[in-house]
Parts: sequence; C-alpha cells; structure tokens
Amino acid sequence: MKNKSLVSISDFTKEEQLRILDLAESFEKQPRQKILDGYVVATLFFEPSTRTRLSFESATSRLGAKVIGFSDASSSSVIKGETLKDTILMVGGYADVIVMRHPREGAARYASEVSKVPIINAGDGANQHPSQCLLDLYSIRKTQGTLDNLNVAFVGDLKYGRTVHSLTMALSQFNTTFHLVSPEPLKLPSSVKQHIKDNNLEYHQYTDLEEVIPKVDILYMTRVQRERFSDPMEYEKVKDSCLLSKSLMAGCKPNMKILHPLPRVNEINTDVDDMPQAYYFQQAQNGVYVRQAILSSILGVM
Amino acid sequence: MEKVSRELKVSALENGTVIDHIPSNRVFQVIKLLDLSSVKDEIFVGINLQSEKLKDGKGIVKVSNRYFEDWEIDKISLVAPTATLIEIKNYEVLVKRKFAIPDKIQSFVKCFNPNCITNHQPIETSFTVIDKEDLKLQCHYCEKITAKNNMVFL
Repeated sequence: MKNKSLVSISDFTKEEQLRILDLAESFEKQPRQKILDGYVVATLFFEPSTRTRLSFESATSRLGAKVIGFSDASSSSVIKGETLKDTILMVGGYADVIVMRHPREGAARYASEVSKVPIINAGDGANQHPSQCLLDLYSIRKTQGTLDNLNVAFVGDLKYGRTVHSLTMALSQFNTTFHLVSPEPLKLPSSVKQHIKDNNLEYHQYTDLEEVIPKVDILYMTRVQRERFSDPMEYEKVKDSCLLSKSLMAGCKPNMKILHPLPRVNEINTDVDDMPQAYYFQQAQNGVYVRQAILSSILGVM
Repeated sequence: MEKVSRELKVSALENGTVIDHIPSNRVFQVIKLLDLSSVKDEIFVGINLQSEKLKDGKGIVKVSNRYFEDWEIDKISLVAPTATLIEIKNYEVLVKRKFAIPDKIQSFVKCFNPNCITNHQPIETSFTVIDKEDLKLQCHYCEKITAKNNMVFL
C-alpha cells in the first residue's frame, strides 16, 4: 500500500482493506503516536466538508504530521483559473501526501495519475468516498465482532447515496444479506443490485422501516433530501416513511447498531440518541483511527 | 449490370483501404476519426450511394496506399458498426472484415456525465467498453456509463 493512491474502495484488495481495519484497531488503542513526525499532509478541499476535513486533520495531527491546505476553492489559485493538474503538481512539491475533496466526479482519479505524491480521495462529487466506506466497515466489524454473515439494512436515499453504494459493494465481499428500505423513487440502482446478485447474495426491498428493525444487525440510516424529488408532493408523501424514533425500536436485536454517515437532520429522532443501539457518533470518531491507518499505510510507516 | 459496376467501384483501387457500408450521415465522422485531412494520397469519398443493406444510402471511403492498424481503425465500430473494411494490394482484396469493438476507447467520445472532470478540465477522455452488444462505455474517471444513445463524438 506504500505510495499507492486511494481513489476508489476497489483500489485496495479485500486483504488490504482488512489490514487497514486491523491497523485502525491498534490506533484506537493508542491514537497518539508520533510516527509521522516531520511529514506534511496537504488537505485540498475544493468544496467544503468540515467533518471529513477535521477528521483527516485530527488523524494527521495525532500522528505528529503537519497539515497545510485549503478548505474552499474560492480561497485558492483555482479561482484564478489554474488547472487541476497545475494545482496538484504544485502542492505535490510541498507535501508528502494529498487528501482531496472535489465537486467533480473523476477529479481524484485524474489527480492520482498526474501527481508525484499519493492521493487520498475524500470525496469526488457523487462518485467515491473510500475512507467513509472503510470507517463504516470498521464500525460494523467492531460492533458485531465480524463482517461475515450479517443482516444489514440501508434506509433512505438509496438511489443517490454514495456511501450506500460503496458500502454495499464492500459488504458484498462478505456473506451479507441486504435489506433495502426506501421510498419508491429512491430505490437502490439496478447496477448495484446486480453486483449483489453477481456475488450470489440476497437483497430484500421494503417501503416500511418498522418491518426490518427486528431482522438486522446493522441499521444504516441516510437522509432523504427534498431536492431529489422533482415533485414536491411526492416528497411530502414519503418523507416520513424512513424516519427512526424510539417507538420503532421495540423488538430490535440486542446487538443491533444504528449507523449514519451524518449530518443527520430528522431521520433519526433525538430520542434514539441515548439508546445503546445508537452508534453514529462513535462511528464518526472511528473515522479518525481509520484515517490514521490509511495515512500511515500509504506513507509506508506502518 | 449493376453488380459489375459495383465491383469496379471497389476494386478500382490498386493498393489501399476501402471502408464500405458507412451510413451516409456518418461519413464525415469517419473521415475525421481517421484524420484523413492529413493524408496526402488520393482519397475517394462517396455519399448517399444506393445500397441494399442501408436504406438511407451508404457512404464509401477509399484511401490509396494507406493501411491502418487495428487500434486506429476499430474506432469506426462505434460510429459505423455496419461498415466493412477491405484492404487491397495489386487490385486484389486481401482482407475483408467487419470492425471489432475495441476494449478501451481513448479520446474521441465525450463523457455523458456533465459533472465529470473531463468536461471541466483539459483531460482526454478514456473509457472501458463494458458491454459490446449493447454498447456501454464506462468512464475511467467518473466511473459512470455512457450508453449508445448518449454517445457524442468529440
């Protein structure tokens, strides 16, 4: 994994992905390790994303490296019309690795091909977000003790949900049964469903969240956005069908955990937060350990 | 009578390449794809010729003294899948075949995703052909699919 870019989750083999999870576990036990002392990590966020950027910056700082970068394209040379290639080549002279978030799909793949230093994709448009996928896998493995033979439910916007697509592809490497809950217009795309079938795995589709609660080990919630509906009346009809509240949680399995890539709006009621099943904030924290694992692997120190 | 004159049209070339059965509306695209404007040898182009196979008329391009590599010529399969390739030496037909759809396509198709980086930066497009039957191209950068009916040539 040394010097290899991470653009899509499939850039890492299953073994490499598991190695990242194992490394993350050791970082969780001891997050402050000065193994990247003297290194420089550039965080180039061409579109803002406070959560992911802070997570990478925390991971970097805890390992003793320094952070440079920008959090918004308007505050960089991009606004002067500099090409992406020029920006990447320039920054590659200042840093040992570049963490990049860009609004256009394919930007990270292109950057990885022109850059002299490795690129870590922190999100390219609606395409990939591999560190999120890895932290989701880590959270699942940590809470369930395994990634094998699980029942996983994805709820909400399955059509546009980048995190849902990536995690489905990743979990298809393990013997997962998928439960898909969404309004009709936001069903999981057929290409992703085909991927599940190609791996000889099952998926079941529902429109009602309450039905899946007793069946699953993991309940992965996502936000249904009003903007995704061309007809506002359609949105009004379905907006409450994927909301989770404490009252729906009766009958859930004791080991069940609720995940959410955040930010959440109203799809998880705050009355769920104090339940033992609510795991979304720990999930976000796991992001730091997973990103420490990714950085240290790519820089070849672990 | 017609059969004889058709054969004459094809084998009038001593040495070179003929591309026959091009849909009439695609002839100029074929010329552009093969960069024929930079060729110095004689080129004959026929458009709107009567054809049994192509109801709306066919086009034909004959390039003297020029032969193309597979990778140069198989691009034609995207623009004119019905076309036939004929290579001639000393007035004899040496090769006559259909075009094979290549596994990878570089630079002459536009990515259908308006948000793909290739539509915003000076980057050559690059695709993997993931379905040859139904013509689906997967963009190397944004990973989205450009389908047959969405194909725009650059």
